[in-house]
Amino acid sequence: MARQWGMAIDLDRCTGCEACVVACHAENNISTVGEKEAARSRAKHWIRVERYYEGDFPDVKVKFMPVLCQQCGTAPCEPVCPTFASYHTEEGLNGQVYNRCIGTRYCANACPYNVRFFNFFNPIWDKPLNLQLNPDVSVREVGVMEKCTFCVQRIKAGEIQAQAEKREVRDGEITPACVQSCPTQAMVFGDLNDPDSQVSRLARSSRGTKLLAEVGTNPKVTYLQQDSWHGDENA
Amino acid sequence: MATKTPDQISEDLLRPLSGFSPRYLISLAILLIIVTAAGYAFGAQIYSGLGLAGINRPVFWAFYITNFVFWIGLSHAGTLISAILRLCNATWRRPVTRCAEVITVFALSIGAMFPVIHLGRPWLAFWLFPYPSERGIWPNIRSPLLWDFFAINTYLIGSVTFLLLPIIPDLALIRDTATGTRQRIYRVLALGWRGTSKQWHRLETAMHIMAIAIIPVAVSVHSIVSWDFAMAPVPMWHSTIFAPYFVAGAIFSGIAALIIAMACLRQFLHLEDYLLPIHFENLGKLLFVMSLLWFYFVFSERLTGWYGNESAEMTVFWLTQRGAFSPLFWTMVFCNFIILFPFLAIKKLRTITGVVIASVAVVVGMWLERFLIIVPSLAHKYLAYSWGSYRPTWTEITITVGTFAAMCALYMIFAKIVPIISVWELKAGLHPVQQASHALPQPDEVRAE
Repeated sequence: MARQWGMAIDLDRCTGCEACVVACHAENNISTVGEKEAARSRAKHWIRVERYYEGDFPDVKVKFMPVLCQQCGTAPCEPVCPTFASYHTEEGLNGQVYNRCIGTRYCANACPYNVRFFNFFNPIWDKPLNLQLNPDVSVREVGVMEKCTFCVQRIKAGEIQAQAEKREVRDGEITPACVQSCPTQAMVFGDLNDPDSQVSRLARSSRGTKLLAEVGTNPKVTYLQQDSWHGDENA
Repeated sequence: MATKTPDQISEDLLRPLSGFSPRYLISLAILLIIVTAAGYAFGAQIYSGLGLAGINRPVFWAFYITNFVFWIGLSHAGTLISAILRLCNATWRRPVTRCAEVITVFALSIGAMFPVIHLGRPWLAFWLFPYPSERGIWPNIRSPLLWDFFAINTYLIGSVTFLLLPIIPDLALIRDTATGTRQRIYRVLALGWRGTSKQWHRLETAMHIMAIAIIPVAVSVHSIVSWDFAMAPVPMWHSTIFAPYFVAGAIFSGIAALIIAMACLRQFLHLEDYLLPIHFENLGKLLFVMSLLWFYFVFSERLTGWYGNESAEMTVFWLTQRGAFSPLFWTMVFCNFIILFPFLAIKKLRTITGVVIASVAVVVGMWLERFLIIVPSLAHKYLAYSWGSYRPTWTEITITVGTFAAMCALYMIFAKIVPIISVWELKAGLHPVQQASHALPQPDEVRAE
């Protein structure tokens, strides 16, 4: 059976440090768009940490939620693409083939999570960021969509390595940049088709929820949290 | 009109084709300058990137797609109205049909450009053609955008045929009166029309087939345009009512555009004897009916959404009803519904001026309607953290204004090439008996065969 890559994110562990955001930018050659463009809501962050506030001042509590492409099982972005730029891979990823993209941006509209990003201009990197581009990841030109790939280059590298050593991929061997960089280990990545993997166990947890499950997208990211964000702190 | 003889009709309707007045040339020049500016804006956008437009995350579609839906909607003026009137054999249609069919062809061409203008990489738009390419993949038939591609192309081919067929006898008429180069050009355009009974019979059969065939095509086009939205799980888009709602809206705005075009033609080409108050009154009544139908759709859509009380839907609902977009929403309701009551329901005010005022309001209102369907839903999708807003840039505004100028320019140029009112159809309506004799082969033609 083909692997089904998935992720679990423990919101009770997330401190909102945004190390995952920085790691993702560095790993995936995500260009910074500059202050002016960012103010026009054109910044590209394949993973973002959403902040939500609870309660009234001064009794305010802040909650963090890292949001990345949920690699939906029934992804709304896939059928709407006229050129198969967004498509479903055998390993359950929502693939994005940059070279096929003609930039209709229909996928971004269909995505309920707003995790797809458009290249409004050709990418530029402020010095010295231009010297640290990752050679394993293609750079996207103006007019195409891009999004979180679950670090598909790392997945492929891990699979090729395991194949060369004539063994199965070990659980926890492959980590996307965000998972690797998380200081509180709030994020776990692995194969959902392996019932013993850490991510499968967490996905079955009673603390687990799916983001916008009501839209029917069958996301592969499970968010773990106390029964309610308003729950008893001592529970 | 009953006092006009066939010769007078020919003279009156062919007069606009000869010579250019200074007023015509100046207005055409101004329009073409605006079109050039829009072309420059598009060129700049290709050179720098779509960032020159005001779109952002999450409002990835805005002015361009609004214009796309708007122009495709306007294109329903023609073919659909003229086909229905032809099939119903409404005799008052005769001076109206060609003005309407021309709107279809030009509005559709302009509308079909917008999906290309809005692409991130417009130079690759041809990838929507299903051809065995070196890339080894076909276009994705599951995508509503591909359905659009086929529907619009079918409609464009159909409506061009529908426009050109009844023009042939008029081109022959011009050929017979023209001289020199003009005659040579029209001889080619007239496709060897001699007015034999066989030719008339074939023309009428072809017209009949096209009039029937074009109606389902027109309905399918705007249904598919609506599915561009309805197929995506976006609040207030994902609605079963969208297809008929869009088709009704398209016919509604189409009639309004037709009335405006007719009023301009009447004014500038002095066709007061042909485009009569009765035409405006009848089309005004039709416009009023469509307005009621439009309101019925909006009301049903909003009411069911409100009772459903789904949180994401309600966010967008209140955003348009009393939030940031409410001034536009209530302007739309005023333009598409309220203002039509005094001008179209009261007989005294249903004059040409009154009907034209109502039509201008409807065109504005229907443009706003498309904008309000697209932008608020995208701006306030599910996760509140990534809500956004939208403001158009000069690039988008220039291109939008440019397409209106292009429409006027194309219409003006067309009216110089072909009589904008069908001469032979008017004559046929004038003396039904004469048409029969006209259809008989002339003695010399019989010999020629």
